[in-house]
Amino acid sequence: MLTLYGTELSSRLLLGTAQYPSPAILMDAVKASETKIVTVSLRREMAGGKSGDRFWSLIQSLGVHVLPNTAGCHTVKEAVLTAQMARDIFATDWVKLEVIGNHDTLQPDVFALVDAARILTADGFKVFPYTTDDLVVAERLLEAGCEVLMPWCAPIGSALGPLNLHALRALRGHFPEVPLIVDAGLGRPSHAATVMELGFDAILLNTAVAKAADPVAMAAAFAKAADAGHMAFHAGMLEPRDVAVPSTPVIGKAVFT
Amino acid sequence: MRLIVNGEPHEVAAKTLADLLGELEYEGEWLATALNGELVRATARASVALNEGDRVEILTPRQGG
Repeated sequence: MLTLYGTELSSRLLLGTAQYPSPAILMDAVKASETKIVTVSLRREMAGGKSGDRFWSLIQSLGVHVLPNTAGCHTVKEAVLTAQMARDIFATDWVKLEVIGNHDTLQPDVFALVDAARILTADGFKVFPYTTDDLVVAERLLEAGCEVLMPWCAPIGSALGPLNLHALRALRGHFPEVPLIVDAGLGRPSHAATVMELGFDAILLNTAVAKAADPVAMAAAFAKAADAGHMAFHAGMLEPRDVAVPSTPVIGKAVFT
Repeated sequence: MRLIVNGEPHEVAAKTLADLLGELEYEGEWLATALNGELVRATARASVALNEGDRVEILTPRQGG
């Protein structure tokens, strides 16, 4: 069972709620994924508008945990204020902390990220930091009070899949007890299985599901891949070999001469 | 009084943040507010006074990744 900040979760997939063709497809994709956590954001509401209310009632009807993000924030102050506003509205102390440092790669500003994480954990937040795969940054985030790490495996929405397996493996090796979630960059279920086979605890997806030709089927496919990779990690996989080894017994083979 | 609400200038009569939401017809229940870069909790909106030139942000739940 996956446990994040003391909450036990039956799914190893976290799902974003953006970019789906329709609210109905979003709802069906969430159900098909069997996720227990969806991410949401805060944006400006129009005067007289109720778009937020409509979206929020849809999310509430799903009966899953909500992880508000600070997407689009570029400074510590913006991210901290957005997290505080999210806590006021969603009544949760969870926050997916994003502090973006580069417009092209949407790479986190890891220096600001650590500062914001320290401020928010001191204020009682349970921080899920969107970070790079840098080991030292990960250590700083843990020192800042984070109990979960969410490294990217490639830029957000890129669908490139894991670009640096060595770095991801190093994170797993150095932090055997810390829940590690690959957040961003996954494009297809085989990518999800690959990172889960490394021993990662969960994956966070959005674009790869929402922009698939059939988001509902893709949500289910990713869930199966994440579970398969997780089971394989614990089952103990065979190491690759350079030479063939026969699987059928050699002893007892008939000799036809 | 002139305020900046969600980045747009507004001329309003409201004296408090709660009044402002009513005057601008913010009818949604699920709103988060900030005044000059500081959180104003939903429970505090009626007691927070507005001043000329204040910057108000009014946010609501939206899709996110």
